[in-house]
Amino acid sequence: MIEIRDLKKVYRVGEIDVHALRGANLKVERGEFIAIIGPSGSGKSTLFHILGGLTPPTSGSIHIGGRDLLAMSEAQRTEMRKTVVGFVFQKYNLLPTLTAADNIDIARHIAGRNHEPPDPQFEEILRLLGLTGRLDHKPRALSGGEQQRVAIARAIVNHPAILLADEPTGNLDTENSNAVLGVMRDLNDRLGQTILMITHNPEAAAFAHRIVKMRDGRVEG
Amino acid sequence: MIQRLVVENLKHRPVRTLLSAIAIGVQVTMILTLVGVSRGVLGDIAARARGTGADILIRPPNSTVLAFSGNMPEGVVRVVREQPHVTQATGTLIQSIGNFNSITGIHLDEFNAISGGFRVLEGTLFQGPKDILVDEIEAKARKLHVGSEVDVGTKWRVCGIVEQGILSRMFTDIGVLQDFYSEKSKVSMIYVKLDTPANTNAVLTALKERLPDYKIYSVEEFVGLMSVDSIPLLKRFTSVVIGLALVIGFLVVFQSMYTAVLERTREIGILKALGASPGYVLNILLREAVVLAIVGAAVGILMTYGARALMRVFVPTMTQAIVPDWWPWAVLIAVVGALFGALYPGLKAARQDAIEALAYD
Repeated sequence: MIEIRDLKKVYRVGEIDVHALRGANLKVERGEFIAIIGPSGSGKSTLFHILGGLTPPTSGSIHIGGRDLLAMSEAQRTEMRKTVVGFVFQKYNLLPTLTAADNIDIARHIAGRNHEPPDPQFEEILRLLGLTGRLDHKPRALSGGEQQRVAIARAIVNHPAILLADEPTGNLDTENSNAVLGVMRDLNDRLGQTILMITHNPEAAAFAHRIVKMRDGRVEG
Repeated sequence: MIQRLVVENLKHRPVRTLLSAIAIGVQVTMILTLVGVSRGVLGDIAARARGTGADILIRPPNSTVLAFSGNMPEGVVRVVREQPHVTQATGTLIQSIGNFNSITGIHLDEFNAISGGFRVLEGTLFQGPKDILVDEIEAKARKLHVGSEVDVGTKWRVCGIVEQGILSRMFTDIGVLQDFYSEKSKVSMIYVKLDTPANTNAVLTALKERLPDYKIYSVEEFVGLMSVDSIPLLKRFTSVVIGLALVIGFLVVFQSMYTAVLERTREIGILKALGASPGYVLNILLREAVVLAIVGAAVGILMTYGARALMRVFVPTMTQAIVPDWWPWAVLIAVVGALFGALYPGLKAARQDAIEALAYD
């Protein structure tokens, strides 16, 4: 599903080269739920940004579903973000001017799927996420947990191959954290959704099938 | 979906949206009011020319259609009267008194014979040499009544107030005006009445042969010349105002959209993370600008009614026409200005780095 070999990423900050990834290796099978843990600056977010096609790697190789990300142009990476990956962020990142339903719909619109008939499986997912009665509300009227569940719904509405979650419970209390993690686990169990989750929280990491540690731009275990 | 996002974005910052729409509205009002006043004033002049009942008008050589100055010998009137089919001809002297106002000297009996006479609303026709007739609009504008004094270089006494719509707004006896302004035996315009309007072309041809350098128009021709297009200065002025309006629209939308792009950096990052292309992001910004311009244009159109109401109170002698045929142009000008204004902020948003944008607080 995902195959990363000797992945390097160097950022230029002013006149200094920052080596964010120094030869990371990782293999993820379809349907896995992996937690990536590691201290700040270990390269977790950079790895996510590369996997999500938000930035290109400097060298190495990275394949998602057999597609070589290193060979992709900016436009191809943009195209990939529409359907291959879905993001869930710590700060939810919903569009504040749109309702929950529209926040989900805009992902379909961007992917060019807005004219397709409603997806019965997705309706079921919305019930699973406990959002059916909250879809007409704007983010400011939703709790943090509800906002994150909307963000998860938005991330998977186009049935991406991978769900990338960057500290999805970082802004939530224990109850809402457990609810969100439970939902992610459910999505993984029921739909076989491949999930990569960055977290600092060992309890959150325990929801995953496998925990991967990162340090100094490399994957340790 | 994009349209909903655009509308919601504009609703999200109601004060900024309203101020931007009003600013765009002002540029639209500038254009529509200028065109409306030009057309209204020219239309008034045309209507008053028609109101004289004349079939043909004669202006001096080298004169322009709207110039108050430029006179010809009164003897020309006699030449005109000698033409076949001419039943009446009278000369008038137009004397500018500043601020686009003028007094018109008339031979009352001759003028009445052509026009059918003034309808006196208050007072009488000329009783003495220093008497002046004013129409109802001028009387309202200057707050004049019968017996009031009008000081325009010399002092005149209002002897009567007449219904508007004939020739001019202020009238005196032509002899007195000629003496006062040292224009003895001079006239500015000759009004000609024919036995039947059907002979207009024939008489026009004959008069043009007899008076080759003079400007001779049928009333319909004269009325047709009362348009912005026939007055180069006004046309240029209108173009300048349209140019200014474009610049204002550009600046207003540029400022508004630039701020919006800065404020919405994170949202742009979210859209990009969802797979939005630079074109998709640019499309949203440009559509916002177009909606803003259309709302602004609608506000501007409404404000022209307000401008007309204010002019009726404060400058009743200047008529402002409402010009619906210019509305599409005004909208187009607002939209073009707005699109140019939104282009740079839109491109900036489209080129925004998604990771940096998502990290923006």
